[in-house]
Amino acid sequence: MSGARRLAVRAEINGRAVAREVEPRRLLSDFLRHDLGLTGTHVGCEHGVCGACTVLLDGEPVRSCLLLAVQADGHAVETVEALGGEQGALGPLQEAFRRAHALQCGFCTPGILTTITAFLREHAEPTEAEVRRALSGNLCRCTGYQHIVDAVLAAARSRRDG
Amino acid sequence: MVAGAQGGVIGARLARNEDARLLTGRALFVDDLQLPGMLHAAFLRSPHAHARLGAIDAERARALPGVVAVFTADDLGAAWRPGPLLVPPPPVPGALFHERTQVPLARGKVRHLGEPIALVVAESRELAEDAVAEIRVDFAVLPAAADLEGALAPGAPRVHDDLDSNLAAHVVQGRGDVEAGRAAARLVVRRRFRYDRGAAAALEGRGVVAEWDARAERLTVWDTTQAPIPIRNGLAAWLGLSEDRLRVVAPFIGGGFGPKIMMFYPEEVVVPWAALRLGRPVKWVSDRAEDFVSTTQERLQIHDAELAVDGDGRILALADSFLHDTGAYDPYGLTVPLNSQANALGLYAIPAYRSELRAVFTNLPIVTPYRGAGRQHGTFVIERLLDLAARELGLDRAEIRRRNLLPKEAFPVAQGIVYQDFTELTYDSGDYAPILEQALERIGYRRFVEEEQPRARAAGRRRGIGIVTYVEGTGIGPFEGARVQVQGSGRVTVATGVGTQGQGHFTAFAQVAADALGVDAAEIDVTTGDTDRFHWGTGTFASRGAVVAGNAIHAAAGAVAERARALAAAALGVEAGEIELAGGAARVRGEPGRAIGLGELARRANPLRGAVASGSEPGLEATRYFGPERGATAAGAHAMIVEVDPETMAVAIEKYVVVHDCGRVINPLLVEGQVHGGVAQGIGNAYYEQLVYDASGQLLNGSFMDFLVPTALDVPPIEVGHLETPSPLNPLGVKGAGEAGAIPTGALFAQAVEDALGLPGFEILEIPLSPNRLFELVRAHRAARGEEGA
Ligand code: FES
Ligand code: FES
Repeated sequence: MSGARRLAVRAEINGRAVAREVEPRRLLSDFLRHDLGLTGTHVGCEHGVCGACTVLLDGEPVRSCLLLAVQADGHAVETVEALGGEQGALGPLQEAFRRAHALQCGFCTPGILTTITAFLREHAEPTEAEVRRALSGNLCRCTGYQHIVDAVLAAARSRRDG
Repeated sequence: MVAGAQGGVIGARLARNEDARLLTGRALFVDDLQLPGMLHAAFLRSPHAHARLGAIDAERARALPGVVAVFTADDLGAAWRPGPLLVPPPPVPGALFHERTQVPLARGKVRHLGEPIALVVAESRELAEDAVAEIRVDFAVLPAAADLEGALAPGAPRVHDDLDSNLAAHVVQGRGDVEAGRAAARLVVRRRFRYDRGAAAALEGRGVVAEWDARAERLTVWDTTQAPIPIRNGLAAWLGLSEDRLRVVAPFIGGGFGPKIMMFYPEEVVVPWAALRLGRPVKWVSDRAEDFVSTTQERLQIHDAELAVDGDGRILALADSFLHDTGAYDPYGLTVPLNSQANALGLYAIPAYRSELRAVFTNLPIVTPYRGAGRQHGTFVIERLLDLAARELGLDRAEIRRRNLLPKEAFPVAQGIVYQDFTELTYDSGDYAPILEQALERIGYRRFVEEEQPRARAAGRRRGIGIVTYVEGTGIGPFEGARVQVQGSGRVTVATGVGTQGQGHFTAFAQVAADALGVDAAEIDVTTGDTDRFHWGTGTFASRGAVVAGNAIHAAAGAVAERARALAAAALGVEAGEIELAGGAARVRGEPGRAIGLGELARRANPLRGAVASGSEPGLEATRYFGPERGATAAGAHAMIVEVDPETMAVAIEKYVVVHDCGRVINPLLVEGQVHGGVAQGIGNAYYEQLVYDASGQLLNGSFMDFLVPTALDVPPIEVGHLETPSPLNPLGVKGAGEAGAIPTGALFAQAVEDALGLPGFEILEIPLSPNRLFELVRAHRAARGEEGA
């Protein structure tokens, strides 16, 4: 390996304390995927457009390809791996996605799930137009979005009823 | 055999078996692989579209810490050779075809932007990329053949020095007397149409990971390919390995859409070669910028076409002569332009047809099929010509289509031209009038044209409607196979060779097997795309997975069911005809208490001691193959209502309807997903996505910032109607559905936008459009008519 300078990252990742040393240029997305093995977070463009790499930083959706790992120092990060229920069971949003056939290749899905997790926390009764706006920063090349919109609306309903 | 009698699992809207893994982040994609000792590769790619290669100086790169090796063409030895021709030229008399296939690393000259020149292997991806930046190459930049028409002009720069011109292929097909049709016509509409390049832009780029296991003497390659088996076989030959020393795995793939089947991408050869050479695993994963210049693209064609019709709008003849941009190499033969030739016939009775195609080498990235694969162009030509003919004759757009539809009695329809599978293009089955009528009904065509549009016009609003039809040749051969096995636990495994990129094969294939075996589809584990699990077959392309692999599974599961019935009959002391399979068990019809579980039967079929009858085979397992005699033709209609803002030329899609007939449907939920996704790509193709190259062959918009993929705000809800005319060509009666959504969208967009703008004499003859382009077209039209405000 090169003798590049390394910096410390101490963060809470999916509820667990993590301490690592990284090259300053290490992207948060690569840190999550390749250093921590959290490969559920996907990288579709590495320039901040597709949204596949979206994770929650202190609860807010951020593009992990536009952040350096060192910028997560002192913060809490949640990835798609944290959204499920017990023992690998699907969480309610994930279940709604499955029922509505809201994913095909599934590459965009983790970034959409994280984005929508944050959205639903703030929008208990979203309209279809609001859901589409919330999704508009995430590209999906497979589904045409309709089933994703259906899934989000269904998840919002079951949150309210549930 | 009639399938579907048991429980109706075929045709059920089942949620998918594969989703749990994808939703929780556990699904394995190629870039997720992390192997001990793994090295990372990065390619030096040509920054020029056309240049002679002088000296390559990699000394500085090699000296960087963490760099393990730098390879150029000269290092590859016997592994340096042009790739195979994936699809040979069609057996059409007089056809001309020049085979010029891509090479692993450029030697002598580079012929398109992004062509790989050198490979760096390093301890990390970052270091590999650092080292790429240190390689010095002496380029002598050459003028580029970057314009399709210009590339055929005398004196144009030649992509391949050993050819006299850039003409790559010339094929003329046709039937009937076009001259006579023209002579008898009341009207001949002649136009030039242009359909430009776009990118499939799967959200996951391409990637290859290769690992040589010296102890097992096996090379394993994980590849984002749609065709793992051909890759394994070709790569074994290429690297001089026995096929069983090589395993190719296409794990979860983040979208394919066509460009992920190529034989071979340079990286698919060079990365495994480097892993063998270095004895360490090597990973290469493209970034988005790389994807824009190294993944194959499609769609640039220029058509000069004419349609001859009688006074009632009935088609007498269609003639088309077109240029097809094949990019710098033509490894995929003529699949794309042959599809264009076929699709121009549409759903219509066309007595005389002549189509001349010229494929042209250009200094642009290689062209291979991308969802639709040339079908768009043929559909654009015939649908636009019908619109223009209707306009000139004062006929309604729906009516001119209605009058020309092939009647139900006409099937099967032999079209007299050679299709991409080299059989005579033949529509196997269809009933087209209900497709058109249902689409018109669902969109509210009459009401819109008679009431809503006049009202909107009166209020100064530019609202318009479009209605187009299309055929989709699907499910071509040669063959696929499948192995179905009942395990001792009662669970069923299905293995087949096609790769999967999100189509839902894990579920649709499970439904086919579940239907034959009387088990729950969730009890069936499907494996696709791993050559260690199944090693015969070709791949996922041309909307063929459900048709060809689906029928192989149907046959294999049927054979297992038969064996289960025979074994159960013997065990329960009845005739096999009295046994039914349901609920995971074989039971005596009418006596549900007398039953034996499939798992128990499987265990008994694999005894550990004792004797078996001579000639008996172990296990509840069967392998079967299916090869259709020819492709099955699906058909459909799309309709939409749009409103155009005349200031910004923003197009708002108010309603979008698809009615389609893809034969028997295995899972309507999955088919709707395919249609929705296809329409979204079609909308992108029609109004957002265009790869813009300058005269030197430089790509000007190679990022998601500049190449706009539609978002959830751009794709409307899509209403889907299914009609089912089974295909007689396969026992399941299915046809493919993978491309239907994307085929007619360009033609539909052009028609609906033209209608919305309502400018006399204004015609849209090109795709992709964009707000800018539409604005320019309108301005030019006004200027040509001497109108104000031009
Ligand atoms: S990978 Fe981060 S936005 Fe595309
Ligand atoms: S499901 Fe493939 S990109 Fe969204």
